[in-house]
Amino acid sequence: MKLTVNGDPRTLDDGMTLVALVAMLGCGTKGVAVAVNEAVVPRSTWNQHSLREDDRVEVLKAAQGG
Amino acid sequence: MSDAEKLEIGGETFSSRLILGTGGAPSLDVLERAISASGAEMVTLALRRVDPGQAGGVVELLERTGVRPLPNTAGCFTAKEAVLTAQLARDAFETDWIKLEVIGDLHTLLPDPVELLDAAEQLVDLGFIVLPYTNDDPITAQRLASLGCAAVMPLGAPIGSGMGIRNPYNIAIIREQVAIPVILDAGIGTASDAALAMELGCDGVLLASAVTRARDPERMADAMRLAVEGGRLARLAGRIPRRLYAEASTSFEGVANL
Repeated sequence: MKLTVNGDPRTLDDGMTLVALVAMLGCGTKGVAVAVNEAVVPRSTWNQHSLREDDRVEVLKAAQGG
Repeated sequence: MSDAEKLEIGGETFSSRLILGTGGAPSLDVLERAISASGAEMVTLALRRVDPGQAGGVVELLERTGVRPLPNTAGCFTAKEAVLTAQLARDAFETDWIKLEVIGDLHTLLPDPVELLDAAEQLVDLGFIVLPYTNDDPITAQRLASLGCAAVMPLGAPIGSGMGIRNPYNIAIIREQVAIPVILDAGIGTASDAALAMELGCDGVLLASAVTRARDPERMADAMRLAVEGGRLARLAGRIPRRLYAEASTSFEGVANL
């Protein structure tokens, strides 16, 4: 399936879960949050949340900022 | 220090009245030493797209130093973006606290009061402890207070400008007119600016660039800690009135006739 992750087009396995995607990105899970199609997906539900074609996924992490 | 002298925001008490922003530090090592020197108990952080393969970083620093995070909504131009960012921050940092920033343009980074008030209202309704970065406008500050924000954070000057407090009278008016803590946020350039904020009656100071972009961030963090403490003490002690002419501190009584 084709979707975008942090603005980049990606082709991922059908039905990939958010847990798998975050693991694939190798950014750890501490201080990480995910939005799919402009809605927060709480970390407690990442393992049940399967991604779909055309999803717009944002995977964000704690960064320095004023 | 008695409890009455501690800063209370959203039901939490802080011994330090300095909140340190983490943006602009040349390295995490420098940042960690600056946090320690500042004595800050809370530091601001942002959320940005992950750098693939980049585990570790500022979260571990937070755990090591034991300071609490104050996530921000930096980079948001609309209430919608800010509310979503705050919800993401709640999940990422496991805190209901949010430094609400909704800016109007990239050149001044000044707050957009219409979007700010909209976002503040939504976030208070969603149960957030909202600390809004706002213009040095007493009316906007009153509106934010009446919406249920936990503090107001008026700017001294544009973010990163180091121009100090451009309208001290408005800051003093804001302090008089709202019943919640006033944190001077943005514009601080050096220690005397932070001291002035406290002398004007502010309950705390939030600064980032003045420390992180100083030639020696650790030493400047130390200076800011002392400035905030000094300014607070001066405020409590009560400054003498300004007068146009001198008033001798040495009595003329008994002066020799030479």
